[in-house]
Amino acid sequence: MSLLQLSDIRVSYGKAEVLHGVDLAMAEGRIVTVIGANGAGKTTLLNAAMGVVPSSGTILYRGKPVPPSVEGRVAAGMCLVSEKRELFGSMSVEDNMELGGFLRSASERAEARADLYDRFPRLKERRKQLAGTLSGGERQMLALARALMSRPKLLLLDEPSLGLAPKIVAEILGIVAELRSTGVSILLVEQNARAALEIADEAHLMELGEIRRSGSTDEMAADPAVVEAYLGGG
Amino acid sequence: MEFTILAFLVQDGVTNGAIYALLGLALVLVFAVTRVIFIPQGEFVAYGALTLAFLDVGRMPGTAMLLVVFGIAAFLFDLVETRLRPGLPALARSAAINLVLPFAIYTAALFIVPTEPNAFVKALLTIVIVAPMGLYVYRIAYRPLSDATVLVLLITSVGVHLAMMGLGLAFFGAEGFRARPLTAGSFSVGFMPVAAQAVWIYGVTIAAMVGLYFFFEKTLLGKALRATAVNRLGARLVGVRTQLTGGTAFVLAATIGAVSGVLIAPITTVYYDTGFLIGLKGFVAAIIAGLSSFPVTALAAIGVGLVEALASFYASNFKEIIVFTLIIPVLIWRSLTTDHHEDD
Repeated sequence: MSLLQLSDIRVSYGKAEVLHGVDLAMAEGRIVTVIGANGAGKTTLLNAAMGVVPSSGTILYRGKPVPPSVEGRVAAGMCLVSEKRELFGSMSVEDNMELGGFLRSASERAEARADLYDRFPRLKERRKQLAGTLSGGERQMLALARALMSRPKLLLLDEPSLGLAPKIVAEILGIVAELRSTGVSILLVEQNARAALEIADEAHLMELGEIRRSGSTDEMAADPAVVEAYLGGG
Repeated sequence: MEFTILAFLVQDGVTNGAIYALLGLALVLVFAVTRVIFIPQGEFVAYGALTLAFLDVGRMPGTAMLLVVFGIAAFLFDLVETRLRPGLPALARSAAINLVLPFAIYTAALFIVPTEPNAFVKALLTIVIVAPMGLYVYRIAYRPLSDATVLVLLITSVGVHLAMMGLGLAFFGAEGFRARPLTAGSFSVGFMPVAAQAVWIYGVTIAAMVGLYFFFEKTLLGKALRATAVNRLGARLVGVRTQLTGGTAFVLAATIGAVSGVLIAPITTVYYDTGFLIGLKGFVAAIIAGLSSFPVTALAAIGVGLVEALASFYASNFKEIIVFTLIIPVLIWRSLTTDHHEDD
């Protein structure tokens, strides 16, 4: 049984259809990446999976239809780290973390927070600072840590490398790769195809609102069309 | 002007200003969390004051029955919604909140009213009757519109205000009432007599502000309300339901309204439509604070109270005009100094 199964997902903004019937299934414990150019519909696909934008088609999570609301999907164990991070800028780092565990008990929150402060020492140092005053890399870390506070089963990650220096991208993707060992499955959307293929198990190539190619990361990395268009000619 | 007169005017202004501060805080709270400009805030003040006045003379207040009616309406809304996605637990929860709770309050009132309870029991009963209405008003009028624009929500508010004022007329009649003070009498500070009720007003206002501060800074639910105000989508992405924060904000606003009503009922004669004008003065304070800052709202409210008190002495015919004219220079100043941005 797939952890997440998207079938014939269509999304329209006004009259313009931007996703034209996307099918995608991912198994538990995997890192699956969707790569493609800017405007291919990758972010829209994640937003549709999370319920942030309305879509038609069916979305099964653990074999059952997903709850209709964003909040219901969070409660079911899905969590989206948006491309815009969507932090609470005028609240402290610690308050952002606390709210990440909103649906968890106080003891679960305390445990998750201690664990995440170990993994992100920089956030611990800055826990009293307002989220809006953090650097780009720190904000991404906070967005990731806040999402992990909810102890998700499925993490939907939208462009975690966006606007970050290469060294920080490597650090963040390193953390994402480690998450797999803690039992979190990840659907990763990335424009930085090279970085994404390095940590993922399977990949889908999206173009103009459709999935054009799918396969293991090795197959995709060896595919001449992918190499040509997305990996800078090898 | 004599110093004595000035001292009286200042006392009067601060007393009224404290009430406006409470109402201004409620307006800022509701707007920040739900983007609703809550014009019916004043109706909760009138309901609170009139409920207390009825309890004072040993009559069953109409608001108790109104609460049951609101509850039934809210339950019907839930029923229509769950018809699309039936679920027994959700329906049971809805019945408990919308049917059992108001009916229990109504029954309790039936038993308590004839016993001629003391002033504090009556004040508490008043708040218990009026506060849950906030939840039902949210459920009936605003929750179905949670994605609407600020303008649509404002128009809804005007409708809710008119409806609630009409219901106030139906349940309390056109006559004005005044309640007995929580503690009668007065004492003097230096040369100036201070009514015990005024001390209640200051005390409760300060306690409410401290309470709200702790709620927003220290509790997870309070933080969730702030988070919703800061970033609506961000809050939903961590699993904070819009219905939870919206309902909480409206219950808090209704509670503040009821408390304000209890506080002013002994110092003003309240009619079914008095609440609107009182609420509007809280609104002036909230606007001066840009519908965002709690401390600025409180200070502005005291300022509104003082201006009103002085205006009533120098030009009592123009009292209201002077108070509401305060808004214009503030709006001009704000429109010149703040960045314009499109509504989300």
